[in-house]
Amino acid sequence: MSSVSTSNDRSGANMRTMRWLVAFALFMLGMAFAAVPLYDLFCRVTGFGGTTQVSEGNPKGVIDREMEVRFLATVDPGLLLRVEPARIETNAMGTVSTVVYRATNMSSEPLSTTASFNVTPDSTGIYFNKIECFCFTQQTLAPYETVEMPVTYFVDPDLDLNSELRTIRQIALSYSFHQS
Amino acid sequence: MAQAQADTAHAAHGTPTGWKRWLYSTNHKDIGLLYLYFAIFAGIIGGALSGFMRWELAEPGIQIFPGLAQMVYGVDGDAALDAGKHMYNVFTTAHGLIMVFFVVMPAVIGGFANYFVPLMIGAPDMAFPRMNNISFWLLPPAFILLLISLFVEGPPSLLGFGGGWTVYPPLSTSGHPGPAMDYAILSLHIAGASSILGAINFITTILNMRAPGMTMFKMPLFPWSVLVTAFLLLLALPVLAGAITMLLTDRNFGTTFFDPAGGGDPILFQHLFWFFGHPEVYIMILPGFGIISHIIATFSRKPIFGYLGMVYAMIAIGAVGFIVWAHHMYTTGISLNAQRYFVAATMIIAVPTGVKIFSWIATMWGGSMRFTTPMLWAVGFIFLFTVGGVTGVVLANAGADRAFHDTYYVVAHFHYVLSLGAVFTIFAGWYYWFPKMFGIMYSEFLGKLHFWIMFIGVNLIFFPQHFLGLAGMPRRYIDYPDAYALWNSVSSWGYLVTLVAMGVFFWSVVEAIMRKRKAAENPWGEGATTLEWTLSSPPPYHQFETLPRFK
Repeated sequence: MSSVSTSNDRSGANMRTMRWLVAFALFMLGMAFAAVPLYDLFCRVTGFGGTTQVSEGNPKGVIDREMEVRFLATVDPGLLLRVEPARIETNAMGTVSTVVYRATNMSSEPLSTTASFNVTPDSTGIYFNKIECFCFTQQTLAPYETVEMPVTYFVDPDLDLNSELRTIRQIALSYSFHQS
Repeated sequence: MAQAQADTAHAAHGTPTGWKRWLYSTNHKDIGLLYLYFAIFAGIIGGALSGFMRWELAEPGIQIFPGLAQMVYGVDGDAALDAGKHMYNVFTTAHGLIMVFFVVMPAVIGGFANYFVPLMIGAPDMAFPRMNNISFWLLPPAFILLLISLFVEGPPSLLGFGGGWTVYPPLSTSGHPGPAMDYAILSLHIAGASSILGAINFITTILNMRAPGMTMFKMPLFPWSVLVTAFLLLLALPVLAGAITMLLTDRNFGTTFFDPAGGGDPILFQHLFWFFGHPEVYIMILPGFGIISHIIATFSRKPIFGYLGMVYAMIAIGAVGFIVWAHHMYTTGISLNAQRYFVAATMIIAVPTGVKIFSWIATMWGGSMRFTTPMLWAVGFIFLFTVGGVTGVVLANAGADRAFHDTYYVVAHFHYVLSLGAVFTIFAGWYYWFPKMFGIMYSEFLGKLHFWIMFIGVNLIFFPQHFLGLAGMPRRYIDYPDAYALWNSVSSWGYLVTLVAMGVFFWSVVEAIMRKRKAAENPWGEGATTLEWTLSSPPPYHQFETLPRFK
């Protein structure tokens, strides 16, 4: 130890400062973990990162501007699943439409899968609404079974009011299928 | 800064000797020296790694690393080619991690700040001397863990972690199932804990232990820079600790923080990482700003121009540094409005930085300047850091970043601000305080020779990398098309020149030890006004037993 005799006053002040600083560091550590649910919430609320929205129906009606929607599917490596995405649709914005993905279990075992999803361009996420989607739940396929998986969606006509998106004529909805 | 009176009475009791003096040390000067020696040692390893990279990149094609992998890992044939390619990535990763966590941070924060902050504020020691000991002695185990990670399995049948210092998932989770990444994570945990403890110590010391009469705004700029840095550490490092803990549990305990299959998002890691990573670059350069301010003032024989502006500029850089992190992530698909914000916020940092650059120039303006070795390093730093700052403003543009992202332009940029910026401040501080720390003078001739050779060498390495980046050469690859051959060759020759400069550096240290030229209390004359120059060289084992009064 240092031979310097610090007065009790000062070492008390040092301990108080240290307690504040330790609390501060722990708070930041907590914030790092709090970021996980907060980030998820943030994505859902703002459509950040192409996160699509969930809604009951389209109360806003249909407008003239058309939007092409492309459907994509990717399957995790090693997952013996074949997925055929739905065909491209071009509808007036606001039209509620249902499309169907077809998935086949290519293995002799039952297979459970969940799908994660987003849309591109990312900034259209907030306008892309799903009313019904297979991705909300886990799908289980019997060996070699083929199932039809419907998605009911509409594009919010408010997209037309966003000047950043005035040149956008296509939205791609992409699903990634994971083992679960 | 007013001259303060200092009492340099020697301690009543003796100095511990032998290994106990160092292992059990609670003395801020001894611990500071330990940090500096550690940084030099780690710097040799980190620098050697980059030497192999430059050797490999000297010519198109893959020449060095398969043979190196054969020698080090004992693999043969086709496996050697793959092992060599992976080894190159392992080297880039280790070079980055070592230079950031085990060279620059220990040197400027652990080394110079430990040694000189208590001296400059007139304190007898750090606030928590034993914690100081722990802070240092956590570093060697952290470094050893990182070195072990080079020799254990990363991807299947390959050794080491090769995913870059940013450790992005999924490459750092499912891409490296072996334990190499776990070793690296634990290493970062320990190094981070060391830095957080150090930061707490510095803040407490600076807030509570200033000499009577030294108000915050009479405090020299180096302690100010360390105070701001310590707050950045305290805010940023716990976030890194959280993020890499999530990586660890994703890897080993089946959580899915960053795995979309379980509802996670790999982009979240990038947000967390850069919330730490961006302040981290200021952590590495801010103490250097403090060092440079003292050197410029000393050798211009003038007080620093715009002291208050300098302090507020550092605080502003530190504060704004926390709200610009996504400029590392322009290509991850963030919205146009988010990009606009991050472009603007990033460019705003150029304002306080400009305040500092212009204040240094204004300090020199009309001063009676002496181009001693530390002054050469300081002026060299200002020039090179400004070059790096300008390319930083270029990269801040989201539009330009589409083209520059992950090219050698970025490599050139951050080496100009770190390798030529932060490292130049380390050498500036080394020569400036060398007589104070060791009580002997270095050779001016060798110091200046070191500067000029290194100045030429590092510019030869990194200036051509701007051209490579503009021409589209991506970073982190072992090979490149013939079109990039010329500037890569120049860059590799520059490495050799820098190697010679490092030889001169070590020779200057040996020469100083052999010649034993006694250094005066204040070898720099009346320009050096801070408290450390009122003490003997080297300072007594315990200083300021009677606290100096600061007028």
